[in-house]
Amino acid sequence: MRKDNIMIAAGMAFLILCVQNIDCTSDKSTQEGTPWNYDYTRYHPVSEISDWMERVVTENPELVSSAVYGETFEGRNITYLKIGLGSEGVQKKAIWMDCGIHAREWIAPAFCQWFVKEILLHYKTDKKLNEMLKNMDFYVTPVLNVDGYMYSWINESTRLWRKSRSTPPEGCTCHGVDLNRNFNANWGTVGVSRDCCHNTYCGSGPMSEKEAQAVTQFVGSRVDQILCFLTIHSAGQLLLLPYGHPHISAPNYDELVAVGQAAAKAMKAVHGMDYRVGTSPEILYPNSGSSRDWARLMGIPFSYTFELRDKGEFGHLLPEEQIQPACEEAFEGARFIITYVHDKTFYNRTEIGAASVARAFWPTVLTSCLAIMYLL
Amino acid sequence: MRRPLCALWVFLVLLGDCLASPYRPETEPLDPEPHETNSIVELELPPELDGTMSDGELVPHHYPAQRAAKVAQHYLNTRHGSPFRWIELHRVNKASLEDLGQAGKKYYLEISLKEVISNTDLGQCSAEVLFSGEQDQRAPQVQCPCEGMQKLNTTAEEEALFQRLNSSDSPVSGSNIPDSYGHIAPEMKPLWHLGAAAASFVMLRESNESTLYNMAQVASITQLETENGQLRFKYHVLLHDMISQEILHWKLLVSWSPAGGVSVLQTEWQPKPAESTP
Repeated sequence: MRKDNIMIAAGMAFLILCVQNIDCTSDKSTQEGTPWNYDYTRYHPVSEISDWMERVVTENPELVSSAVYGETFEGRNITYLKIGLGSEGVQKKAIWMDCGIHAREWIAPAFCQWFVKEILLHYKTDKKLNEMLKNMDFYVTPVLNVDGYMYSWINESTRLWRKSRSTPPEGCTCHGVDLNRNFNANWGTVGVSRDCCHNTYCGSGPMSEKEAQAVTQFVGSRVDQILCFLTIHSAGQLLLLPYGHPHISAPNYDELVAVGQAAAKAMKAVHGMDYRVGTSPEILYPNSGSSRDWARLMGIPFSYTFELRDKGEFGHLLPEEQIQPACEEAFEGARFIITYVHDKTFYNRTEIGAASVARAFWPTVLTSCLAIMYLL
Repeated sequence: MRRPLCALWVFLVLLGDCLASPYRPETEPLDPEPHETNSIVELELPPELDGTMSDGELVPHHYPAQRAAKVAQHYLNTRHGSPFRWIELHRVNKASLEDLGQAGKKYYLEISLKEVISNTDLGQCSAEVLFSGEQDQRAPQVQCPCEGMQKLNTTAEEEALFQRLNSSDSPVSGSNIPDSYGHIAPEMKPLWHLGAAAASFVMLRESNESTLYNMAQVASITQLETENGQLRFKYHVLLHDMISQEILHWKLLVSWSPAGGVSVLQTEWQPKPAESTP
């Protein structure tokens, strides 16, 4: 009799372990929703990204639409993908994500594409994702600094371009403004150069650049709608929170740090990579005029700069073999923050770490049940 | 009787586990914040951050300790870097700062390091990094005895490379390493690492508390005539300074042999090339 009970207990324990390893909330077996033959593990020039965006919209009309919300200096469209369920004619809460504000940070546009791909692959079977897409719209701009990104693709000598491609101001001879110093957020005060030939040149005035104007106009008109502003960069493996100025602190600094640290933990769990969390003056350098700071100043409660891989070995020239792992970990970080923001808004839930508690709960119950049975 | 009941219980538990939503609404929320704006009316220019740090403990993951630790990394690569050895800072575990007045600022660090090519954990090392005072424009002085280096044995590969390059009829050359896609041809990897080790001499010398250097790329490398049993190369390297976000061009004359290690015989800073407007 005892031996039978042991066999049953062992069999059940094995079954439990197997089930634990099956992710029953996501379907990885189909490529449904994402354009065929698009390689998310390579870098793509603007023309390919634009084609991809069109296909994503055409092939997923119930989920994705796109719109042009501005123009670059050289007259190119700045386009977002709007991703959400049941969004027709409804003003929903929203998440903002932009990539490629700095031209040479190629992993950033790669991540925006990866992010969209993940949504397309899983939105039907991932309950949580599905719920969030019903409650919120995701505005994703795969390439914000289109002119700069295109310039960085011309040849090896242009690869490390950072700024926009606006023409030199009076009395100076170099092109471009650092778009992430050009926003109206303590503009021109710290961490900038007034020399137009420098890579942190903040421009002739706040929002002098059309790319910064586009974001300001679109996001600025939806401040009450937008819950979370994520701007994607490389490199350094950092999660930066407002503000870049050393003398001011966001009112929800503690919460931003706690959520950021939990997101970094989620990122580390994927491939073991450390991401440091803090304000720019704490962990990197003081700066002003960043889009992240502007968003927070406008009242968007959650605003983060993601600095993706790596820590200096390859820097901005991140090998294509690292696109997948870099995007996988970044996705977990972004998902964590977005889920937190969603749950706080819609359920007033703000505890961090409850997920792991829930996951441990059921196996513990079952093990106790088996133990009790064995002893009886 | 017991078995069917138990099986039913197991089934229910499995079902519950599968359907369990990831969050449970029990605990109190953090302070819910309404949308708040911070309006800045007036802003005075901040004081120079360099001069206002006080003595004592530093937060390891904050920038002052991180910049000093990077300097220790550069130092280690000048001593131990080679075509088959590249040392990278993994983490800063502990840091403190001593203000020596005119003599400068001295950082005491506990850092963990990794040799990247063989993926060897070099364990923890102590480092002292002295940045000279404002009067003195000297390079930082570093002490970093690191027992973990003894784990490394790259003699065989280095000898093989040395022989190959020394006896080859055509001197080796290359450009844009890595290329725009981050790719490096396998046969160029050792020369990329050699370039990084050579660049470390410049990065070390040029570092101060307001810089954070990494080598961005080997723009070009050309092998020259071997001299005094040392292979010699002309390197054009691009350094990236994280703080200014600038790319700095340096031309280096480098010599190397397995026994002699890496030496940098000449360095020449190149002004930024004129913008190409295609």
